[in-house]
Order: sequence, then structure tokens, then C-alpha cells
Amino acid sequence: MCLAVPGRIVEITDGGDIAFRIGKVDFGGVRKEINLAYTPEAEVGKYVLVHVGFAISVIDEAEAQRVFQYLAELGALKEELGEIPQ
Amino acid sequence: MKFLSEYRDQKAAEQLAQAIRKRVTRPWTIMEICGGQTHTIVKSGLEDLLPREITLVHGPGCPVCVTPIELIDKAVAIAARPEVIFCSFGDMLRVPGSSKSLFDVKAEGADVRIVYSPLDALKLAKTNPGRQVVFFAVGFETTAPANAMAAWQADHDHVENFSLLISHVLVPPAMEALLSSENCVVQGFLAAGHVCTVMGYEEYVPIAARYNVPIVVTGFEPMDLLEGILMTVTQLEEGRHEVENQYSRAVRREGNRPAQERIAEVFEIIPRQWRGLGEIPASGFQLRGRFKKHDANLRFPSSGEPARESPECIAGLILQGIKKPHDCPAFAVKCTPENPLGAPMVSSEGACAAYYHYGRRQTHDVHIELPSPASR
Repeated sequence: MCLAVPGRIVEITDGGDIAFRIGKVDFGGVRKEINLAYTPEAEVGKYVLVHVGFAISVIDEAEAQRVFQYLAELGALKEELGEIPQ
Repeated sequence: MKFLSEYRDQKAAEQLAQAIRKRVTRPWTIMEICGGQTHTIVKSGLEDLLPREITLVHGPGCPVCVTPIELIDKAVAIAARPEVIFCSFGDMLRVPGSSKSLFDVKAEGADVRIVYSPLDALKLAKTNPGRQVVFFAVGFETTAPANAMAAWQADHDHVENFSLLISHVLVPPAMEALLSSENCVVQGFLAAGHVCTVMGYEEYVPIAARYNVPIVVTGFEPMDLLEGILMTVTQLEEGRHEVENQYSRAVRREGNRPAQERIAEVFEIIPRQWRGLGEIPASGFQLRGRFKKHDANLRFPSSGEPARESPECIAGLILQGIKKPHDCPAFAVKCTPENPLGAPMVSSEGACAAYYHYGRRQTHDVHIELPSPASR
């Protein structure tokens, strides 16, 4: 039930009170209207994490790369130590 | 970058698993809180990548599983009323009550509808002013902002025929209840990433300190889980007990402030009954103040029929991580997703359903006959 899916904002409609702020969000080709009340910083082009019709977080794109950088470093370290990276 | 499939890379997962194998020197038992994480672990076969020293136990983070049977009975009774359109997330429909599920009462003619969002239920109330529309507001902190908004908008737009049957529970009090039990085997936690997206993770700091357990906020993709396990194992091996954040692309330390403010405006904290675990103090939400007029529990009087649990179901032990699904004699024999004895076999987050669907019928017990670190 806590499933949340990332999608890209393609359009934002302001509905007066922030509680009614709506965005069109693209999930790999499927577009849905999503409530953006809880992500006031959300902009068109950004990825948001969506749960039951609500964006609950804007994805931090720099942080999203962190694990890949860690793995790249791990691979480089192994090469330095003469191990074959897997 | 789509922020999804990249975290399912098999090579990268293998690299992380190798890093875990290098780090481990002795047996550790780690609990993933959230049922969504349990499903990734079982579906992706992550346990087979891990060294034998690591045991994963599955936590109570399945809102459908912990919703008390009395409330399922209440939902069934409300749904059966002719004036009611009863709306729910799909997961709840097959959960067995004392004598019927929502699915049974729907088959008998009740107007039970599956919705994607509580706002869909609110929309139904607006388009059906002559009917009572009730939404089964089940969930953890992740879902609370959505349900709070549905109540807030109903109040704002004067949608009098809309109400919520609330079964909202909170993760930290359940963790404390598990940790203070004498049966507790958990040495480290993977905290539920989306719960922390909403609430942040400051409230876990005193728990980590009080019970000497590392708590790592963890995401839901295979690489997230492996990295979360690596971070937990690293802490355990180094004798540290801190709160760390693996899921930093979605979770900030302070969480989502606008969502927390809306939750605080609409809900108050109350003790809640957890199916299989009993009552836990200050472990759930109820509507407060002017929002109480949208409380379905107050709007519809109880049927008074006493609740009756299946005597064969060991859901309580499974939700505490004491038993695994295949330890249950009824598992996959008398209890299947089509004919469940208990909620963990129904929900898409239930541990029994995960084991059933992904074929994990047995596993080795890693605590037996492991050589001590000194002898290796």
C-alpha cells in the first residue's frame, strides 16, 4: 500500500488554494492527473514520487546517482588492487 | 534516468551483494519494516544473493494485514447498507472478516468499488449526492497525507455525504513494541522509505539509541535493498547504532513539511489495535475537531456482532518476524490467496502472499551450525 512510483511532470495547473494544485504526470507514457499540494517546489520537467494520486517528494537527481558513483569507485578500487571487476 | 529500472540492474546488485559478503563476519538478523520491501526481496530472490550469515525477517509494514478484524467487520456491515457506495483500495477486498469479506458482500449485491485515490471517492460523493460514499482509509504514514487531504477537501467543499472509515497506523510505535518484546530477534532495521519520505527520520534517532539498533531508511528496488543491507551490516560489524538514509533521492531528514502540517491539522494521535499485535499506545490516527463529522465509524452504528479470528492463522507471529510463512501448517494448503485464512495471504504487501506468489516455500535456517568467527 506504500507503493509510490516516480513520474515526470509535464504540466501544472494552479487551482487557487495550494490544496487543489494539480499536475499532469507522465509514467513511462501513461499520463495521470496528480495532486501537487505537498510538493510546492515541483516544476515541469522534474520527477516526483507519486502515491495514491499525490506527489509526496520531488526526486533529488544528484542523490539518485550516488549508488552508481559508489559502485564505479568500488570497480576502480578493485582494478587498482589487481582484482577483476565483476 | 527514470529513477526505477536503473535500480534493478543485475550486475550492480551482484556487486553490492559481494560488498556485503566481504563485510560480514558473523550472523545478523535484519528486519525490513515494509511489506513492499518484503515483496522486492522475495520476488528478486535477494536472499539467495546474501551470505548465509544474514537472516532477513519480515516486518509488520502491511496496513491491510494489521487492520483489526473488528474494523473489517464494520466495513462489511457499512458496505452492505443500500444507501452506501463503499470505496476501497483493491487490497482490502479479499481480507477475511469474521464471516465475510468485502468481496463476499459485493458478490451479494453491495456497491463496493475499488478506487486509486481517496480523491476518486470524494469525486464519487460529489457526483452521487443522494448516496453515502464511504472510503476505507487504511494505511501507514505514507498514505496519511492523501487521506488527510480527502477529509480537508470534503470539509472545504461541504461534501456532507462523504466519510472515511479510518484505520491509520504509525511505524515508530510498532518498532518500539517489537523491540521491547522479549521474543525480539531483530538486530537492525531497514526503515520504510516512503513512510520516511512523508515523516522524515528524526523520530528514529531515539529508538536507535535506546535499543542499540542501526536503522537505515531504505528504498524499494533491489539495489536499494542491497545497499540498505550493506549499510546496516557495516554498522553492525563496526558496533554502531545510528540512523542512516540510503533512500536519499526521495527522503529528506525533516520529511515533507507541508504533508506533516496537513496531517496535524486533520488527524490526532490515538492508541490503535493492530491485528496480530494487540493494542499499541499512540500508534495511529483518528480525525480531529471539525473533521470528525466525516468519520464513518461515528456516522454508522455498529452491528455488535463479536469478531472471530481464524484459530489456524499465525499472522501475529509472522508480523513480528518470529515465524516465516512456510512455518505455518496452513500455508499454501488450507490458506491461499483465493481462500485466505488471514490478511498476509491477501495483501500485495503481505509476507505470506509474497512467499506464495514467488515460490519461496522453504529456506535454510542460517542460525544453525554456523562456525564462530574465531574458528574461521
